[in-house]
Order: sequence, then structure tokens, then C-alpha cells
Amino acid sequence: MEQDIKLLKGNEAVAEAAIRCGCDGYFGYPITPQSEIMETLMQLEPWKTTGMVVLQAESEVAAINMVYGGAGCGKRVMTSSSSPGMSLKQEGLSYMAGADLPGLVVSVMRGGPGLGTIQSSQADYFQTVKGGGHGDYKMITLAPASVQEMADFTVLGFELAFKYNIVSVVLADGIIGQMMEKVQLPPYQKRLTNDEIREKYPWATLGKPANRKPNVITSLELDSALMEQRNLNLQKKYKEIEKNEVRYEEIACEDAEYLLVAFGSSARICQKTVELAREKGIKLGLFRPITLFPFPTNEIYAYTNTVKAILTVELNAGQMVEDVRLAVNGTIPVEHYGRMGGIVPTAEEILEVTEKLIAK
Amino acid sequence: MTTKDIIKPENLVYAKPSVMNNNTMHYCPGCSHGVIHKLIAEVIGEMGIQDKAIGVAPVGCAVFAYNYLDIDWHEAAHGRAPAVATGIKRLLPDNYVFTYQGDGDLAAIGTAETIHACNRGENIAIFFVNNGIYGMTGGQMAPTTLLGMKTSTCPSGRQEDLNGFPLPITTLVAQLEGTRYVTRQSVHTANAVKKAKKAIRKALENSAEGKGTSFVEFVSTCNAGWKMSPAEANTWMEKNMIPVYPIGDLKDK
Amino acid sequence: MKQEIIIAGFGGQGVLSMGKILAYSSLLEGKEVSWFPSYGPEQRGGTANVTVIVSDNRISSPILNTFDVAIILNQQSLNKFESKVKPGGILIYDGYGISKEPTRTDIFIYRINAMDTSIAMNAAKSFNMIILGGLLKVLPFVNIESIMQGLKNSLPERHHHMLPTNEAAIRKGMEIIEKI
Ligand SMILES: Cc1ncc(C[n+]2csc(CCOP(=O)(O)OP(=O)(O)O)c2C)c(N)n1
Ligand code: SF4
Ligand SMILES: [Mg+2]
Repeated sequence: MEQDIKLLKGNEAVAEAAIRCGCDGYFGYPITPQSEIMETLMQLEPWKTTGMVVLQAESEVAAINMVYGGAGCGKRVMTSSSSPGMSLKQEGLSYMAGADLPGLVVSVMRGGPGLGTIQSSQADYFQTVKGGGHGDYKMITLAPASVQEMADFTVLGFELAFKYNIVSVVLADGIIGQMMEKVQLPPYQKRLTNDEIREKYPWATLGKPANRKPNVITSLELDSALMEQRNLNLQKKYKEIEKNEVRYEEIACEDAEYLLVAFGSSARICQKTVELAREKGIKLGLFRPITLFPFPTNEIYAYTNTVKAILTVELNAGQMVEDVRLAVNGTIPVEHYGRMGGIVPTAEEILEVTEKLIAK
Repeated sequence: MTTKDIIKPENLVYAKPSVMNNNTMHYCPGCSHGVIHKLIAEVIGEMGIQDKAIGVAPVGCAVFAYNYLDIDWHEAAHGRAPAVATGIKRLLPDNYVFTYQGDGDLAAIGTAETIHACNRGENIAIFFVNNGIYGMTGGQMAPTTLLGMKTSTCPSGRQEDLNGFPLPITTLVAQLEGTRYVTRQSVHTANAVKKAKKAIRKALENSAEGKGTSFVEFVSTCNAGWKMSPAEANTWMEKNMIPVYPIGDLKDK
Repeated sequence: MKQEIIIAGFGGQGVLSMGKILAYSSLLEGKEVSWFPSYGPEQRGGTANVTVIVSDNRISSPILNTFDVAIILNQQSLNKFESKVKPGGILIYDGYGISKEPTRTDIFIYRINAMDTSIAMNAAKSFNMIILGGLLKVLPFVNIESIMQGLKNSLPERHHHMLPTNEAAIRKGMEIIEKI
């Protein structure tokens, strides 16, 4: 156990955790600020130990399609990228959703739009949570706020992906990817054998034995009635996920009169703001959504009885704030504070904005 | 001769090309990109086509090429420069349109765009800087990385069974009917620079004549990514890169 | 116990690795730690800095606006971070290439001529270890044994012969740091 505690970058923790949780394959293309994921995997050479495949693809388009292929075989496969690369993966992600395939994507956001900046941002909330590709689909979205959670959510992301046959996204940003913290790595899990996959995932394409029909991985359905049924099945699955998988963290919320809502790196900064506010006697709490889909709608609504106003803090122009507003449904004021283009607000700056909100 | 005499205009033997501006380049000292920029600027100036040249910059270390040559530019998404250039040239057939791309941009993520622009015989010039590595993102493996060469994503050296072989994209595009002029050059000696400049001129002249794509590879160094001094990088390139990517014309029709 | 530290200088001076050793050896002592670097092409010859936080308790923001300790290795960083030291905090700077000395009177200022010393010792690579020694003298919040253990764990075996040189550099730094 002792040697499982390490000082790692968020990106490195993803790589270590992937190997340990029985991942079968990683396919990626270099892009800052997440290149250390593939670089660490190449350094650790898991193909010599667990048999995990690691491949540098020729593009993000190719990488996500390699994941599509591996996932169709019932394998635990993943990719990772950052904003411009995530845009390229959207087609593949829509196809995976349409074919009910499980997979893990680690998205380490940087500032956009376009080539933008390599500095940190949270401007891909809409892209991830609202479905950046075409069609009515969703992906489970986990937002880590520490290096520990980068490791933990790599494992959890795969578990949820295979529980619901859905893509899980670990939505981090440059800060979480690049910072180092103490991390307790997960225990080693064996990769599944092909026989185990056949047993657990009867839909997987491992070759057709004489006694079953061919398995076909496809999202195509030309009969509208059947296609609607597929959509209804997807929506049923999403409802199920909304019922079972909401995760969040509350910090100093018990007696809070005002609430900050923030995810990922901004939640870390807001935690400091709460400390500063409490020193001044301001009853400020922090609500941190951990799952962005499913969003903790009811849990946020529950605070409308006790808090006077909410401030969301994001590294974007105001994205998650829309979901918070939907959650409180007009009962209390919800305001947004955001910085963009790689600028990160200080805890003091957020406190000032909070105090202005309180004075209103 | 006194200093005053030396700086008299009639004694001028060499000057910064007029197409090149005074912005400080962001390239590492000793990088091939700087020399190739200068050559393209010289040729554009000498041909008198500054008002007709349109460049397409890649995503790679040359992403800021548009800061250094005073002509019109587009900045393309990673790998898409030949498609962007196709769009420009089809709509502005009388302009001189060129792309400037690295090996990751041109021969990995943009392979499809490269092959199809060449196969359609787009009347553009493609300038391809092959340094065998992803310079911009900190030294990962490129499609042109040599076997055995170490990068951050092949830390024990590129192995054919894991990573495949160095991609001779220039040899490939020379096979295509759409290409008219395909050549490999380098810029590591004075003599090589002279030849490279001729190739750039020919490629740009061709693009105006409308007889197909011109493709100029520059076998180059990335001393930062290779973790060498500029001089060591030149020697290493001569010894290791040029045997795999031999200098000379592959096609000239 | 909580120390919020910024180390800032030129890329290539060992700023990031010094921060890492500090964080890692504190981790070995059971502390909570965070290490957040400036990243990207700015590292190429430009300035580099890293925020290191060591604490007995869970760390909130890894990014800070003010610091208990600033370790400053060039003039640009001094200009940028002198005002960010909390009143009563500590500023340690290397005198090499500093043309405008720090002026604050509400903080403790120390000078360490590590660059000159490392050149004199003919051990340019030990520069950041000399600085580290200076810090440990002024603020012994982590044991030198843990630092040495941390170095040992993070260096590949073939570099272990460098450990005594590093320890000597740390001790040298402890000797030469002076209060202004
Ligand atoms: C879609 C997308 N994926 C990845 C990147 C990150 N990226 C920037 S430059 C580059 C590779 C550059 O290598 P090369 O084309 O060889 O140019 P060099 O820097 O070596 O001149 C990559 C992968 C990006 N900007 N966009
Ligand atoms: S990283 Fe390499 S290609 Fe980029 S500027 Fe430096 S030497 Fe040139
Ligand atoms: Mg390159």
C-alpha cells in the first residue's frame, strides 16, 4: 500500500490508474495540456505487464474510432484529449452513443474557441454535457477537482460506462491535469479474458460461435419506428442514470446563507474563498457538482429554502449556470462569475464579487 | 574601409528580405523554420508577388508564421491546411497560394487532406518541414520519426512493431498524377540553402501556371526536441535523416 | 502548519524540480501537498514558476494570490512577486543579476548568492539545491533527512552517486544565506 501513495500530476495519475483498473487499450494524439497521459503510458510500457495496448494515433478522429472498434469488442478502452482534439472526437462519440458502447474519455480543457490557448478553461461544459455531436445523446460526465479524483474517476468512469453501456467523460482542465498532489493509486484489477467478456457482454464482437446470431455494432436504423424506439431506450437509460448516479460535495453548507456553486479547478479556488469568507464571518458555503451529467438538480433545489442567493464560478462565460438556474427555477437569484482565455480568478476576487452580491 | 563606408547603401551585399518584418521570431535559436521562412520571403520579394501571395499556416511550431511574412495568411486547424488552400486557390485562381506545414500536421492528422489535394492536382505549393518530431507540443513521435529515434512517446526509441515505419510521404505524393514537381531539400549548409531557394521559386512559379501541385520537403532539424545543440543537430541530421529522406528531385514534369 | 510558497525564476534553473523535491519530501513526512507549475511554451527560455503548498490539512486552492514564502531567482520574478508576500512573510532571493533590490520593510528578506557559489563550486547543477538549503535554514519545516530520502526515491539508481554532492550543496546553502 505504502508504495501506492505517490506525488503525481493529474495527467500521470490517469495513466497509472488506467493500467491498474484493467484497461485494455489507450489510443490518443498529443495535445497540450494532456500529453503526459500518453507520455506516461509509453514510459510505463503496460503492454509488457498487464498487456494493455497503447497506441499513438494519427489524429483524434482516428483515436476515437480506434476506441469505437475496441469498445465494440467489449474491451475497456479509452482516449484522452484537449479542446481542439475533443471537437474532432464528437462524431465518434455520437456513433458510440448510437451503438450503446462503453468507453472512457479524459478531456483536459484549455481555452477556446479555435486554437485558443493552452492555459486552463472550463469552456467545454456545453460540449460535454449537452452532447457536442449530433443526435439526442448524453455522456456521464465526472468533474475531478484533485489529482486523487483524476485517478479515482478513471476507475469509476470505466465502471459506470460498463454498467450503463455509455461513454464516461472525465472532464478536467489544465490546472487539474498539470498540478501535482498526493494520490493513493487504486489496487490492481485483472483485465478480463475474452471468455469473461463473452460471458459478461453478450453483445461484444469477439467472433461468432455457431450457436449465436452475429453481433453487429451499429447506430443505423432506417425504420423510423425502430429508430424512435432506440431513442426511447436511450432516454430511459439516461433517466436511470439521473436517478442513481448523481454525485456532489458540500463544503460549509449546513448554515450557509449564500452558496457558491463550482466544479473542478474553480471549486478548489472557491473552497479558499469560503475559508476567507468564514474568517470574515460571512456564512458562505460551496456546493460542488461532481457529476455534471447527471446534474445534481434536486440537491441544489433543496437549498432554495435556506440560502438567499447563489453565485456560480466557472472558467467560462457562463455555462453550468444555466443548469443551476433551471434547478432553482426562479426561486432565488443566481449569478455567474467567470474568467476566460486562460485567466484564473483569485479567491480574493471571488470573495469581492460575493460581497457585492450580498450587498444587493 | 571605415564603418561609415561599410554602411553606405552601395556597399550593401546582404539584407533582410523586404517581405519579412521586424517581429522577433519565437523559434528556438538554430531551428530550420527560421531559415525556410527567410527563403520564402526572399522568393516572394524577388518574384514581386507580395500582393498576390496567400499563405496557409499550420498548427505546429510554425503556427505563428503569419507574424513574420508581410503577406495575407490563413491559420488553418491542425492538418487541414491543404483543404483551406484548396478553397482559397479555387476561388482566387490568379493568386499564389501555398501551405507551410510540419510533419505531424501534414503526414499524420492531415494525411487525407495532403493526399487528396495532391491527387486533385491543386495548383498550390506545399512547403513541408520534416523535423521528425512534434516540436510544438514538446517532442512527441511524428510519422517521420526515424526507427530507434527517442521521443517522449517512444522513450526507448521508435520500434517498427509498435509504431510502424517512418512515413515517406514525399515519395508517396510523387506517385500521384496530380503532382507536378516533388522535391526534397535541406537548409543546413550554404549550398543546400541555395538549392532550396531555387526549389521554392519553382514551386511558386508552377502554382501560377496551373499544371498541378508542387511539393517541397525540407529535411530539417529540431534541436530543442532532439535535445541537441544546433550544430549537433545538423550533424545528426546529415548522418541519420538524409539517408532515409535523400535530397533531390523526385518528380519534375 | 501550512506553508504557501512560490518559487520563480528562469526556465532551466531547476525551479520546477526544486518545488517537486520540497513537495515530495513533505509528502514523505505525511503532509498534504500541492505543486502547480506555470506550463507551456513560456518555459522555453522564459520565466517559470511553481506554487508549492504544504499543510497538515486538506489544501483548498492550489493557485494563490499571496504567499508565506517567495523564492525569487531573477529580476522579473522579483518585480512580479515581491508585493505578493504576506506581511510578516519571507522573501529569499538570489543576488545574481538583481539590479533593483527588494524594498519591503514588513517582511523578512534574505539574500543567497547561490549562482555565484555554484559557479565557484564548479557545480552549476547544484544551484537549486543551494537555494533549497537556504530555505531550510530559514524555515526548517521539513527535515533534511526527508529531503535526502525524497531525492533518493526520485532519482534513478544510476544518479545516486550525485546524492552526496546534493547534500553538500544544501548544507552550503544553509551556510551562505544571509538576512538583509
Ligand atoms: C486537433 C488538434 N490536435 C492536437 C493539437 C496539438 N498539436 C499542436 S502542434 C502539434 C504537432 C506539431 O508537429 P509538427 O506538425 O511536426 O510541427 P513542428 O512543431 O514539429 O514544426 C500538435 C499535436 C492541436 N493543436 N489540434
Ligand atoms: S521546438 Fe524544434 S521545431 Fe520548434 S522552434 Fe524549437 S527547434 Fe524549431
Ligand atoms: Mg515536426
